[in-house]
Amino acid sequence: MSVGPEAAFSMRGNLLRKNLLTALLLAPATLWLVVFLVLPFVAIAIFSVGERAPEGGYQAAFTLAQYANLPARATAFWNTMVLAPVGALACLLVAYPVAYYLALKAPERWRLILLALVVIPFWTSLLMRTYAWMYVLGGRGIPALLALVGIEDVRLINTPGAVLLGIVYGYLPLMILPIYVSLERLDRRLLEASADLGATPLSTFLGVTLRLSLPGVMTGFSLVMILLLGEYLIPTLLGGGKVFFIGNALVDLFLQSRNWPFGSAIAITLVLVSVVVLIAANRISTRLSGARRVDLI
Amino acid sequence: MRAFVVAVFAFLYLPIALVVLFSFNAGHHASELTGFSVQWYGKALSNPFLVEALKNSLFIATTSALLAALCGTAAALGLQRVGARTRAVFDALLGAAIVVPGVVIGISTLVALVQLFGVLNPFLAELWPNDKPPRLALGYGSIIAAHGLFSMALVAMIVGTRLGSLDRNLVEASSDLYATPLTTFRSIVLPQIMPAVIAGFLLAFTFSFDDFIVAFFVAGAQTTLPIYVFASIRRGVTPEINAIATIVLVASVLLVVLAQWQLRRRKH
Repeated sequence: MSVGPEAAFSMRGNLLRKNLLTALLLAPATLWLVVFLVLPFVAIAIFSVGERAPEGGYQAAFTLAQYANLPARATAFWNTMVLAPVGALACLLVAYPVAYYLALKAPERWRLILLALVVIPFWTSLLMRTYAWMYVLGGRGIPALLALVGIEDVRLINTPGAVLLGIVYGYLPLMILPIYVSLERLDRRLLEASADLGATPLSTFLGVTLRLSLPGVMTGFSLVMILLLGEYLIPTLLGGGKVFFIGNALVDLFLQSRNWPFGSAIAITLVLVSVVVLIAANRISTRLSGARRVDLI
Repeated sequence: MRAFVVAVFAFLYLPIALVVLFSFNAGHHASELTGFSVQWYGKALSNPFLVEALKNSLFIATTSALLAALCGTAAALGLQRVGARTRAVFDALLGAAIVVPGVVIGISTLVALVQLFGVLNPFLAELWPNDKPPRLALGYGSIIAAHGLFSMALVAMIVGTRLGSLDRNLVEASSDLYATPLTTFRSIVLPQIMPAVIAGFLLAFTFSFDDFIVAFFVAGAQTTLPIYVFASIRRGVTPEINAIATIVLVASVLLVVLAQWQLRRRKH
């Protein structure tokens, strides 16, 4: 039986209507992504090869002078490039046992509650949570308590240690969640098999558990690391202007000294470093565990 | 290991508990724990600048979360209907909107909008019939749009995950029983994705209400609650800030618990 011209016409009509609906559904998101993600990124890419106008702002040019000038903010880069990986590593060391306990050891009825207790801080204001540590570490917090027992002149806030503490505090939930997800998916029979074959608990952990949870570890590590590269609040509030991050340099260049081209060059560099971190993390987890990376949400 | 986990949870919650505790302290400082009082809440809520900032934040968070819930859900539905290549492009862009640090989103939006307004404003002035043309400037609109970018991507991801686990048999059964596509959508798909949409809305609201860094760049002359609080913190720690912090923390905790509950409701 052949399809008559009328039926063919209505089929084409249907197809058109289907495509139109798809386009309508995707239009708002596309507009949003283009105007507020792609175009802004193109804008700072263009600014980064421009020059600073005498009164501040931007003057059209094509020069790599802004990139050549990056060493002028070497301290900010140095602090960030040291404290971001160290902070992410510290997060990991604290997060792994917690995720391990939640996924493999916690009693069933406690698991969801404990998991919620991990998620809640992640979604509460980083500003307020960092403020809490300003309060605890500041002059009227722990140092005041120490003074009561005779230990005077302890300085905790506005030190690199305080910034590191704030980093671990702020980003711990983001590290715990992906590790938890990868550990929860772990096939427990593998652990039994490993033990049955005479492996010690330690070698089972290293050879099976740790290895199979590596995608989660790398997801957590790279996410925390990338967000730390752009961190501003923690070094500002707990480092007191003494521990400068790239984020501080960007706020200064865009809102105070108004050197937008140089700031754009720094921002582009930041994005490039983030991309390298993501790719490297993905490579490492694929090579070591043979598995694809896990999604966060 | 249990002891370590307990210690970590204490580490996560003790500082917050201290902030809340001292917001109810009658004395000025932690060293003068002189009794229970809600005076700092009264002081905070009678500060007109703070109330103004709070209203701004509520308006911005509600608007951007609503827009994000609508557009994000539409995008998630649309992405079910396209080929693998288009989908990969969208997934990459949505992922970037979530992962790119707020500082970079903030400055790039600032740069792009200032340039765009620089082009559009003279043009508008030219076209406008009288002497008072509207001037596009940074403010509510730019904060809503910048927050909405992250939120929309978040909603698209959460709803997309839910759509992926949707029972296809129900959809097919519905159309086999001669339901129109619209009826199928209304009675099968929508009820199943609704918890994810609501959870996405709540998380989007929380994100916008709590965000400091993106708004810091694109707020123009406007003030949001986090911007106001940040400025006050830099002037010094006061019990008044503890009171605001407590209100914000309690509000976020309620919203997140509600969102989690919505997400788990139909899963099991």
